[in-house]
Amino acid sequence: MIDIVIDITLLAFLAITSVAIVRMTNLFAIVMLFGIFSLLSAGLFVVMDAPDVAFTEAAVGAGISTVLMLATLALVKKPREPFYNEAPHAHRAWLSLVVVAVTGAALVYGTWDIPRFGDPDAPAQTHVARYYIENALPETGVPNIVTAVLASYRGFDTLGEVAVIFTAAVAVLLLIGGRRSKPAVEKKDKREQDEA
Amino acid sequence: MRPNLILQVVAKFVIPLMILFALYVQFHGDFGPGGGFQAGVIFSAAFILYSLVFGLDTAEKIIPAHWLRILAALGVVIYAGVGVASLLLGGNYLDYTLLGSNPIAGQHLGILLVELGVGITVAAAMLIMFFAFAGRGRE
Repeated sequence: MIDIVIDITLLAFLAITSVAIVRMTNLFAIVMLFGIFSLLSAGLFVVMDAPDVAFTEAAVGAGISTVLMLATLALVKKPREPFYNEAPHAHRAWLSLVVVAVTGAALVYGTWDIPRFGDPDAPAQTHVARYYIENALPETGVPNIVTAVLASYRGFDTLGEVAVIFTAAVAVLLLIGGRRSKPAVEKKDKREQDEA
Repeated sequence: MRPNLILQVVAKFVIPLMILFALYVQFHGDFGPGGGFQAGVIFSAAFILYSLVFGLDTAEKIIPAHWLRILAALGVVIYAGVGVASLLLGGNYLDYTLLGSNPIAGQHLGILLVELGVGITVAAAMLIMFFAFAGRGRE
């Protein structure tokens, strides 16, 4: 019973937050609301007994990405006249409404076939989940099955994920890393110094 | 940056706790929720808080940028190295059973090392991204 109350409260807050994000124009407030949205999602994951996912959502979604978005805002938010004329609105509002309504209806229709939450006969639970639950502890000696699956059974996946994060860091470094480029002459001098 | 005494005192109190919590999440991930990814993010959050309160230049003195680049690569190398080590011991790539005296000890050691690699790479990568974004507006 208490679960349902918490679920409904969290989902209501999620809906309110997303409506507020859509209606707001202050970018700073929107970024903070994104963080609140992530925190509420983390709360939902805790209610659904997925603390590992909740942990990641709270740390990455509510923490780091908020900081990164604020840092980006601090970079781009310099009031200045736009150098272009905004194009007149060519689309019609009712067309978007129809698309959203049809997509939403299709998604709701799709949920009718989803098995109940925690249903033991759901396809997700009948494939390899049973093997992990029965064998993870005796085979790896790690009580947290999530860690066992992530690091041992699916070690290749996690290696790929780490490579992705490393690649992202390298890409950020290549794109905007280092100090802002100096005038060309000075830069050339510096390069010669580096080579020497 | 304008000095802010209250923020600095509170941050000095909170940052060690954050790092301690990150280490707990890192090495307790076998038993409770958490693991390398979450620990790395919390660890980097501690340093991001430090650089927000004390300034970017002070933070870069503690962790120089070239160290971060080495650390980010080191994590991937640790992870892939565990796989190579298990290859050399005669097993499959990333099959930890041969790393220890018995299969369970091997799995435990392998998971610990792999999670350590994940944590190091994630922490360093997050800090690299933050310093890259925040450092742009400095000059």
